Amino acid sequence: MSPVHATGELLASRKVGAYHHLSVVARGVAEEFRPGTFVAVTVGTPGTSATLAPRPLWIHRVRPVGGHGLALQLVLEVRGAGTRWLAEQPVGARLAVTGPLGRPFALPKEPVACVLVGEGYSAAPLFPLAERLRERGCPVTLLLGAPDESRLLSALEARRSARAVTVVTRDGSVGQRGEIADAVTEVLRRAEAAVVYAAGPEPMLHAVAAAAEAHGAWSQCAVEQPLACATGLCHGCPVPVVGEDGVARTVRACVDGPVFRGDRVRWTELVR
Amino acid sequence: MSGPQIPGLALRNPVIIAAGCGGTGRELAAYSPLDALGAFTTRTITLNPRPGGPAPRVVETPSGLVHSTGCPNPGLEGFLATELPPLVQAGARVVVSVAAASVQEYAELVRRLGRAPGIAAVEVNLSAPDAAAHGLFDVREPFHMTSVLTAVLRELPAGIPVLAKLRPDVLRVVEAARTAVESGAVAVVVGGPQPAALPDGRAAGLSGPAVRPLALRCVTEVRAALPSLPVIGAGGIGTAADARDFLRAGATAVQVGTALLHDPTAAARLVAELASDDAALAGTAPAEPSPPVRPSRPVQINTDPSQEQPR
Ligand SMILES: Cc1cc2nc3c(=O)[nH]c(=O)nc-3n(C[C@H](O)[C@H](O)[C@H](O)COP(=O)(O)OP(=O)(O)OC[C@H]3O[C@@H](n4cnc5c(N)ncnc54)[C@H](O)[C@@H]3O)c2cc1C
Ligand SMILES: Cc1cc2nc3c(=O)[nH]c(=O)nc-3n(C[C@H](O)[C@H](O)[C@H](O)COP(=O)(O)O)c2cc1C
Ligand code: FES
Repeated sequence: MSPVHATGELLASRKVGAYHHLSVVARGVAEEFRPGTFVAVTVGTPGTSATLAPRPLWIHRVRPVGGHGLALQLVLEVRGAGTRWLAEQPVGARLAVTGPLGRPFALPKEPVACVLVGEGYSAAPLFPLAERLRERGCPVTLLLGAPDESRLLSALEARRSARAVTVVTRDGSVGQRGEIADAVTEVLRRAEAAVVYAAGPEPMLHAVAAAAEAHGAWSQCAVEQPLACATGLCHGCPVPVVGEDGVARTVRACVDGPVFRGDRVRWTELVR
Repeated sequence: MSGPQIPGLALRNPVIIAAGCGGTGRELAAYSPLDALGAFTTRTITLNPRPGGPAPRVVETPSGLVHSTGCPNPGLEGFLATELPPLVQAGARVVVSVAAASVQEYAELVRRLGRAPGIAAVEVNLSAPDAAAHGLFDVREPFHMTSVLTAVLRELPAGIPVLAKLRPDVLRVVEAARTAVESGAVAVVVGGPQPAALPDGRAAGLSGPAVRPLALRCVTEVRAALPSLPVIGAGGIGTAADARDFLRAGATAVQVGTALLHDPTAAARLVAELASDDAALAGTAPAEPSPPVRPSRPVQINTDPSQEQPR
């Protein structure tokens, strides 16, 4: 997989719940997409902006758009200056996009039961992953969490792409009240999961990786760390891991990840 | 285009990747062919492997990046085994950046490094603004620099030129440059990170457009005081116009760092834009012929980076 840096165009931007769904065409990026890879979008005016770090965003979907070829669907939560700038861009705006970046989720060779766990916007890459897994005959169970209903990603769609869906919200506005960590063990048991895929904040990933290990399942965790370059150039995104050889090392979240085996990450040393 | 001349180092063009900003080279190669660049400077390599410092390592600030990576690297042996061969194979002119905890360690590092084939030059990192915090030799005074460079020059085969990357202290950079030449460096790199702090107070460096005017001042000061010393300018260079400012101020070449972190194609673009640029080409010719700067040890011109240096 070879990433490219391209000038793209914003085809659509619309508010859905608490998020902004963006559709972006950038030549050569969508073609190489695999679930778990991401793009880095330059914020501000390239070359003159005071904002130097690009903003990483999961690729939610890749869809053909008439006359434009494949477009990237991105889900944006406005947090700070960069994401606010992106949300305010008008349709037609030019965006510098680098991608697809990072190592994708590894797919099982056998048609085994898989549980996909996502929190908030981080559930974005799990939907195309669910499609790929179903194509391979894997029974898919989804566990989606969010602070509230407005931050729950595509729960309706989830029911179409999975055999079973569990929803938890912190305020109980939809599904069970609580955290993913409270629900995951029971979901793994019911699904008889062999592989667990997770994307979201670190405490959740840590809890899911631990639950997977206790259950005897493999886990694949997509880690979100602040990325200064997102392309592997700056060594600014350390993730402490244990290698296949049992030796502790520090690798880069953006190119050696963002997807890691849950039992390889030294979670307690992963600082934000 | 005939490249800019630094004794012993035939650059293809004036665009050099700055230390620590090109990954291992493999990541950058996806966006810029390495054999089209003037040269590729590695991240700073130390004798023993280093995991680097804790997160956050790189933080945004208006028009700048504050960074304290702690020089993560696989150590000399790991570098020679896994990172140098692919760089050489990709046709890069490889400048190896080095740092050490002591003068003795510098000597051992370059003694072993000097035997490896394919190294175009060694850049001694005398500019790390967080060196002491990371257990590296903190070069603040000219006598520190003399002892490091003397040890490096004594141990390195004569065919490998030594570049000294200086602290970008506007008031003392000329003194540092003079010390570097007198110690045997063939060129100086001027305009590296300014001493700064991360939001949590850890010692760090500031790079990017924010430091460009300071870096340019450092280049002009050194150029005025030591007109025959080749100067490589660095600091916030991202566009052809930025590079031209440095070349016009007398820099022989420029290094590009932070610009690559938000546009990994920046270096390739600079190469292309400068290639069709008479003003830039004129600027790359030294104002007057450089006298031999290492008279006791004649410099061999290394044009083929894959060729092993004679010992
Ligand atoms: C691999 C990956 C995929 C992501 N996918 C999405 C996505 O699909 N949708 C989405 O809304 N967000 C996503 N994020 C998080 C998003 O990039 C951050 O919310 C964003 O960088 C914060 O930028 P800002 O401009 O809003 O905040 P600012 O406060 O302006 O950010 C300041 C700096 O902190 C860094 N930073 C701050 N918070 C985060 C964070 N949570 N994660 C990483 N870096 C951070 C930024 O990169 C930036 O350099 C992803 C992050 C990663 C690492
Ligand atoms: C993330 C990052 C890592 C760096 N690592 C090194 C390093 O290992 N050794 C070194 O000599 N300089 C290092 N530098 C400094 C650059 O080589 C360069 O001198 C400096 O950033 C100024 O140029 P720029 O503004 O174009 O980035 C680093 C800079 C950054 C931003
Ligand atoms: S963010 Fe620069 S190496 Fe990962």
